[in-house]
Amino acid sequence: MNLHEYQSKGLFERYGIPVPKGRVVAAVDAAGAAATELGGGRWVVKAQVHAGGRGKAGGVVLVDSAERVTAEATRLLGSRLYTRQSGPEGLPVESLLIEEPTAIARELYLGALVDREARQVVFMASAAGGMDIEEVAASTPERILVTRVHPAVGLQGYQCRRLGFGLGLDTQQVKALQGLMEGLYRLFLGCDASLVEVNPLVVTQSGDLIALDAKINLDDNALYRHPELVALRDASQEDQREAEARAWELNYISLDGNIGCMVNGAGLAMATMDLVQLHGGSPANFLDVGGGATAERVAEAFKLILSDSKVAAVLVNIFGGIVRCDLIAEGIIQAVREVHVSVPVVVRLEGTNAAQGLALLAASGLSVATAANLSEAADKVVAAAAAPRA
Amino acid sequence: MSVLIDKNTRVICQGFTGKQGTFHSEQAIAYGTHLVGGVTPGKGGTRHLDRPVFDTVHDAVAGTGADATMIYVPAPFAADAILEAADAGIRVIVCITEGIPVLDMLRVKAALTGWGAGSPPVLIGPNCPGIITPGECKIGIMPGNIHSPGGVGIVSRSGTLTYEAVFQTTQAGLGQTTCIGIGGDPIQGLDFVACLALFEQDPATQGVIMVGEIGGSAEENAAEYIQAHMTKPVVAYIAGVTAPAGKRMGHAGAIITGGKGTATGKFAALEQAGVHIVRSPAQMGSRMAELLAA
Repeated sequence: MNLHEYQSKGLFERYGIPVPKGRVVAAVDAAGAAATELGGGRWVVKAQVHAGGRGKAGGVVLVDSAERVTAEATRLLGSRLYTRQSGPEGLPVESLLIEEPTAIARELYLGALVDREARQVVFMASAAGGMDIEEVAASTPERILVTRVHPAVGLQGYQCRRLGFGLGLDTQQVKALQGLMEGLYRLFLGCDASLVEVNPLVVTQSGDLIALDAKINLDDNALYRHPELVALRDASQEDQREAEARAWELNYISLDGNIGCMVNGAGLAMATMDLVQLHGGSPANFLDVGGGATAERVAEAFKLILSDSKVAAVLVNIFGGIVRCDLIAEGIIQAVREVHVSVPVVVRLEGTNAAQGLALLAASGLSVATAANLSEAADKVVAAAAAPRA
Repeated sequence: MSVLIDKNTRVICQGFTGKQGTFHSEQAIAYGTHLVGGVTPGKGGTRHLDRPVFDTVHDAVAGTGADATMIYVPAPFAADAILEAADAGIRVIVCITEGIPVLDMLRVKAALTGWGAGSPPVLIGPNCPGIITPGECKIGIMPGNIHSPGGVGIVSRSGTLTYEAVFQTTQAGLGQTTCIGIGGDPIQGLDFVACLALFEQDPATQGVIMVGEIGGSAEENAAEYIQAHMTKPVVAYIAGVTAPAGKRMGHAGAIITGGKGTATGKFAALEQAGVHIVRSPAQMGSRMAELLAA
């Protein structure tokens, strides 16, 4: 789960990490009032969306009058922001962060994430702040300083000093960085984060450190112990179909192709998409119906796949383990009847009770094509999707 | 022969009397697994599925001589269950539970790696189908009937894709020595390299099928290991060629970030290491059959 910048900064404050003074607003009227309340003569207006690259997309602007704050709020609120990370459909701007400006002397990068290889939380810092850190890592990896935290002992002072002096900070600033990193580490553990990023971490003209931007990703698996963080979820920033799928405990991700896929198991679901492509087709989605697929969930999965108007054919690929194929077949039949599936459906059933499942499909009188193996299934569905629609 | 488990393995179930634990324990017993009892705190002294229930894993080990465990407890309690099994001296810990927080596993991993006296226990999983030695011992949620005793070792990060590899090798008449589902989580117990080493040492294993997926660099590490140490043929398939970057495909481990962990990169590393890669998941069994016939 991802958080907005303003939500992340709220958590930063709670963990003692300095952030600029700011107000979050969801209405144009409130924007001008927030600027007046903050005082001063200049403000930064920042669109709140779950994507990076907001500055270049016009989502972050520096203005020098309360009228301009209102004007920018009018322009941004209710619009969609198209950034390099937002996808072609863009993301809706439903709230703005109005902040006092920061006098920037240096822009640094500081981030923490779980390093799956080292099985530790790793801190990364770079003097090349404000840039895309993946780009820095690819082109000049020597500019990224790294230190890993052993879970038994936690973050140590020497680790912060190494990064601080490595970044060229003075002694006072190194102390400030240590406080900031300790706060980030407590936040990481306390919120079950999977990524925390401060980009840029700014050294102000008066020599202080302040988090100018904030990004937090949370571990979905740990949300059960953080109800207060679950409440921060913003469904408007998520793909509607993906959100609906989650409600049915289906794992769905939409893609650009025209062959809908319904599969049990994440690995087999990915393999099915690959197989479709290998046979000349293009998958429309990733969909894992899970191990406990019931007739009802199969029907919901069908609805979800067909809600994507690009879908020209559907491939159902089930390897029945604990799940019985005859139950899956009943689900398919029920779904095709209920949902009025109008595109060709190709079904491959294997494993427990596969023969009974196939017999049920054959007896149903529905125009569902069956396939004896994976390759045949892929060939059939690719041909069906390419055929002109009746 | 086989790796890690065989007909003499004495297995207990943690979360024995729960719905999942009960169902899969019944299946394991029906398969012939030597399931000697189980653990459910508060139900010690009772019987379930005609076997003793214990309050703690320590009691279960003392009472049954168990050396392996299968864990079906819910995610919030799974880290605790793994560490309890390790502390009680269990040799093979199989954790089926899905959805354990990453930071919990990070601490478990650190604890197991630095385990006090003796060699650390083997952890398989979490979020995995388990391990099976066909005809002898089934610890996990895999359908027993698709397996057959034979000469292929299978190691996989995905559940249903493991079944696919098993089914294809059974169809081809090759059968399996042992099949290990190492799980799809970013932080896991046994990895590809450890499993490959076990199969290389097992005299009955003639070849290995390795099923990987996007995310992390476990497959790249395996490629290095295979090139340096494996004499047996290895067939590899990687799922996720079509996966978009930055999206999480069901498994928490299957996420490509910063251009690392792509299926294309993994295929390339394996091919370079002399591994027999197959681009289609339908060809895992047939490719192995060709290699073993040659």
